[in-house]
Order: sequence, then structure tokens, then C-alpha cells
Amino acid sequence: MANKLIGEMGLHTKISNIFAARNIITAKDALSMTEFELMELLDVGMKEIRSAISFISEATSPPCQSARSLLEKKVENEHLSGHLPTHLKGLDDTLCGGIPFGVLTELVGPPGIGKSQFCMKLALSASFPVAYGGLDGRVIYIDVESKFSSRRVIEMGLESFPEVFHLKGMAQEMAGRILVLRPTSLANFTESIQELKNSILQNQVKLLVIDSMTALLSGENKPGAQRQPQLGWHISFLKSLAEFSRIPIVVTNQVRSQNRDETSQYSFQAKVKDEFKDNTKTYDSHLVAALGINWAHAVTIRLVLEAKSGQRIIKVAKSPMSPPLAFPFHITSAGISLLSDNGTELKGPGINTIHARGHSDMINFHGDCS
Amino acid sequence: MEAWRLPLSSSIRGKLISAGYTSLPSISSVSSSDLARDVNITEEEAFEILRLANQSSGSSSCNGSRSLINGAKNAWDMLHEEESLPRITTSCSDLDSILGGGISCRDVTEIGGVPGIGKTQIGIQLSVNVQIPRECGGLGGKAIYIDTEGSFMVERALQIAEACVEDMEEYTGYMHKHFQANQVQMKPKDILENIFYFRVCSYTEQIALVNYLDKFISENKDVKVVIVDSITFHFRQDFDDLVQRTRVLSEMALKFMKLAKKFSLAVVLLNQVTTKYTEGSFQLALALGDSWSHSCTNRVILYWNGDERYAYIDKSPSLPSASASYTVTSRGLRNSSSSSKRVKMM
Repeated sequence: MANKLIGEMGLHTKISNIFAARNIITAKDALSMTEFELMELLDVGMKEIRSAISFISEATSPPCQSARSLLEKKVENEHLSGHLPTHLKGLDDTLCGGIPFGVLTELVGPPGIGKSQFCMKLALSASFPVAYGGLDGRVIYIDVESKFSSRRVIEMGLESFPEVFHLKGMAQEMAGRILVLRPTSLANFTESIQELKNSILQNQVKLLVIDSMTALLSGENKPGAQRQPQLGWHISFLKSLAEFSRIPIVVTNQVRSQNRDETSQYSFQAKVKDEFKDNTKTYDSHLVAALGINWAHAVTIRLVLEAKSGQRIIKVAKSPMSPPLAFPFHITSAGISLLSDNGTELKGPGINTIHARGHSDMINFHGDCS
Repeated sequence: MEAWRLPLSSSIRGKLISAGYTSLPSISSVSSSDLARDVNITEEEAFEILRLANQSSGSSSCNGSRSLINGAKNAWDMLHEEESLPRITTSCSDLDSILGGGISCRDVTEIGGVPGIGKTQIGIQLSVNVQIPRECGGLGGKAIYIDTEGSFMVERALQIAEACVEDMEEYTGYMHKHFQANQVQMKPKDILENIFYFRVCSYTEQIALVNYLDKFISENKDVKVVIVDSITFHFRQDFDDLVQRTRVLSEMALKFMKLAKKFSLAVVLLNQVTTKYTEGSFQLALALGDSWSHSCTNRVILYWNGDERYAYIDKSPSLPSASASYTVTSRGLRNSSSSSKRVKMM
């Protein structure tokens, strides 16, 4: 919409030509300048500028929908009102059906906790026919760290959906729907997802998994500050991809240790220090999700996987429609399964903390995992 | 005032000045046909210039002390207007009390906080609460929800709408108010029907929409709240030229203020958070920079304090700095259960 051509909007020809003469071709060019600047540049009166801008704005504005029609469309058009079931009952109930379509869902946790296992199970269930709770479509699995194991996927399928998998040729067909990409660099990845944008609908792609986002960005060897514009572009692109194709996008993220400089306080809190409880000192291991606060704002659902005293827990840390619940889980040959479908509600910012204590599979943890 | 300050196109201004008309009195003293001849422009253009010149100097057609300056109001009238203005409740009485009764209409309020603190929740709660009918103490209006990040989950809006309808039924039952035979009880789907949802995908669309809202709201006069979730997202990543960004943002803020005043509605802008290095350490601050922080009239910061969510009035022309706790429940925003935590004045 931003690149809509002014020439094609049906604006009065005289003013349309003036815009074109000054190289203001798209709506974006026209709206990025203030009205005064346009007046100066185009040498036209304020009244004409105002009416031209309001015409262009009306043509460029997104359409209006009532929230009710949004809901009705979802219920009508989308599988289970736009949710991909995870087959973990407690989690699905909390998320109103499963991983939602059209938004970014993030899985974050220390290494070896089960993020890739979760993703593989999800990819498998998305490939299933609708009758078995799947989306009957293809899955694009972007495997940056070579964690995808087709043998493991087949094993999970045989154990958790035996009635489907034992049917002749089913295993081959299901596994055949999962397309694995191993990008060698960020540029490679960027190219692939741009290509993908055009072909998603035609090729019946129903799920995109990126495992992991952190590995892609950290491979660039740039310090934090320079990483921002790249990440920013990817965030916008992934979000718009999810929305336009109405597919779920699942991204895994890693953890890093918290710097001593880091804070979670505002300037007004610092002034009245004794009144505010300092949370940072109570964390056992100072782990936070990687990729920064901008990324944390951008994801719609954040699922934190952690290990506390040897027990693995999956927490719904950020979700607009769920309470902050934590479920204990374990990993079996059938994939991830919850030990209890009744989650415990965690109050406070504790839901966002990531513990890695008592986690025996952890490899040499030196702080920055990426 | 000088002639070059008039909002005219540069070529006409240039002609005026080169013809010797550098100050307003010199323009107003001459007739339009003389001006047209002298400056070598058409009669209509000359007439327009004279009209603008007279408007700016505020001369002639005003009468009475009220219109000494065109468009001004005296403070006493403003006080009466403000007191009679309805406020939108947040469904959390502690939060309402630090806000002076709720989110005020005719004002732009900025609400910011870390991810997961409840900004979208407040946005959805307000878009439902603005619809509470006048009989129950609300505004009976509609809402515009501008979603720039895709965080509006319609299932959640339905949950909050259902809880609101239940609360209203309880309230009317308690107050023994009987609905008239022809008055229909509000249903949750009706509430959703009155939320106008716009999905904005770039900053161009955001600016275009803000411009278009004037026309949209003129056609839908019962819109009483405009929520933008979030104002930051597109401006944080796509803008390369920060100076240009500041200019565009300030113009957008002014447009919102104009909308708020013109249609007597509340504008709520949700903002994200960033880290800033000040006074020797890193601190959290609302995004979009220092110049943006001047643009909004009211500013509320949501933060964690221990295990509770708090809201702090950071900036307001009339409310004292105070903070209050709130919780997010399955029914929406509510008071936090620990009643010992009362409103704290800073």
C-alpha cells in the first residue's frame, strides 16, 4: 500500500503532474514529508496540498473491519479458528486452540532443553491431514544449526500417531511435506524468505519454522548495535509474511547471560530506590532471552522452556490471551509431552526468567550461548 | 507579523516580497485589484492573500472580549468543559483514581511499558469500556483500534467483552434498573461490532490513516476513543533519517491532538521501551526519543514492582505523580487482589 503510485490514484491531473515533476511518485514519498515541506517543494498553496494529501491518504489507508467480522472470518475460513494444535492439551487450552495463525510465536530456552524437539513435532503435526488434527499442508523448516533429524521425526510420528503412520505410504508422504532448508548465511536466509513470500499460497505452505533466529544473526560477527537494523528488517518482514499468508511462524531463540549493566528500571524508579524491590538480584542464573528488547516486543507469543531442579518446564511468558501458566514436561520417544495439563500460574515477572539449574544436558555454559 | 510567514506557495511569496509588500499592514491597506496588478498575480490569488493577512492580524470582524484573538477560550469556560467531560474507565478503580477518574477525552495519553506488561490488554479493555452505555456510567461510544504490530487477538477481545456484559448485567440488577422494553441488552458480539479495526503495515499507511481519520470520524461521530498499538513499531525500524522521523512524528502527534479536541475523543498511544544510557548507567525509557516525549499531553508508564504490575503517571498537566497497581485477569484489567497496596503518591 505504501508503494501505491500517485499517478494511479485518480488525483486531479494538474496536481498529479506537479507531484511527478518533483519526483514524488509513490504515496510513501508524499507522506514522508510534512505539509510545509511539500508546499515549499511543489510551490503550491496550502489548501491544495491539504486536499491532495487527504486524497492520497484516503487511497493509501488500510481498510476498516469491525472486530466482529474479524472473528467471524477466522471461525469460517481457518482451521480451528486459526490455531495449529500442539497436541499438548494444557498448552492448547491456554492458547485457545494452539499456535495462532498470522503471528510470530517464539520458543526460548537454554541449549538442549527441547526447542528443536518441539519444532519437529509441530512440523509433523502440521503436515497431517485435517482429520488427524493437522493442516494438510507443507512445512518449511529452516534449520540453521543442523538440528533437524528426519529419523527422529519418523520416530515421533510412529509413537504418537501410530494409526496414521502405519498406513502404507503415509510416513513417506508426511515426511515429504516437510521441506528443510539449511541457509549458510543471513543473506542466504533473507533471499530464501523473500522468494518464499510469493510461493507460499500456491504451494500450500502452512507452517514456517525458523530454528534458530539467534544463530542466523550471530553468525554475522557484528556487535549488538549494528545488528539492530538487520533484525528490524527481518522482524517487519516475518510479521507481514505471517499476516498476509495467515500461517503460523515459529521461531526459536537462545539465551545469554545478563550483563551487569543491564537494568530493568526506569529513571523515576532509580530516584526512589528504597521503595522499589530490586528484582535482578534474586535470579539464580542470570539468563535472559537473546536478540534484545525490540525482538521481545515484536513476538506475539513467547514460550519459555527452562529447567529448574532437574524438572523441565514450559511457560507461557507472553500471550495476549492466556494467563501466565507453567507446565512441567518431559521428552519421550513420542516427542514432548506435558506431565500435567493443569498449569501453575506464576505471578510477576518471574514468568520471564529462564533457569538452567539442574539441567544435566547443558554443555559448557560460558554465558553467551550464540 | 511579516509577510513571509503567511502560508503561501514560495513563488507567490517571492513575488509579494519583490514587489515591496514585506509586512502585513502594507498588504491589508491595499485593495485586491491593486495588489493583483502590482504583484502580477490573478485577482483570486490576491483576494486569498488579503484574507490570510486579515486572519493573521486578527483585526476587524471580532466582537466581545471572548474573540479578542480568534479561536481562544477563556480559562473559566475551559474549566467547566473539562469537568463535564466523561472519562473512560480502565475497569481498575485504583488506576482510575490516579488518572483522575479514567482516561480523559480530548487528550492524548501515551502508555508505555516492557513487553508483556499489559499494554495491549489496556488497549482492548478501553475499546470495550468506551461502549458501556450511559445508563451504567459509561460513554456509549465506539472505538477505533489501529494495530501496527498484529497484537490484537480477537479471541481476547471477545473474552473481555463477555466479562463486561456480565458485569453490566450484575450492575443493572443490583441497581434495580429496568431496561425499557425497546432497549436491547448489549451482547458481546455487538461490542465487537463497534470496534473499528485497522491493520497498518508500514509508517506510510500509519500517516495516511491518521490523515484519513478526520474524514472517517466525521462519518462515525460516536467514536470516542482511538487506540494505536503501538505507535512505535514502524518508526523504529524503517526510518533511516532520524531528523525526518522526528518531524513526521511531531506532525502526527499534532494531528492526533487536533482529532482529540475536534471530536472530543480520547487518543491512547501505546509505546514500546528501549534502554538509554543516562547518568552513568543504563535505564529503561520509552522509545522514539526525547523529542517525542514532549509531544504527548499525558504519559503513563507500566512497570513491574516485585510481583505486581504498576502504572505510574509520568507526565500530566493536572494530575500528581502517583502509581497504582493493577492485574490482568481472564476478565480483563482489574484491581490487584492485595488490598493493602493502595495508591502511592510520589
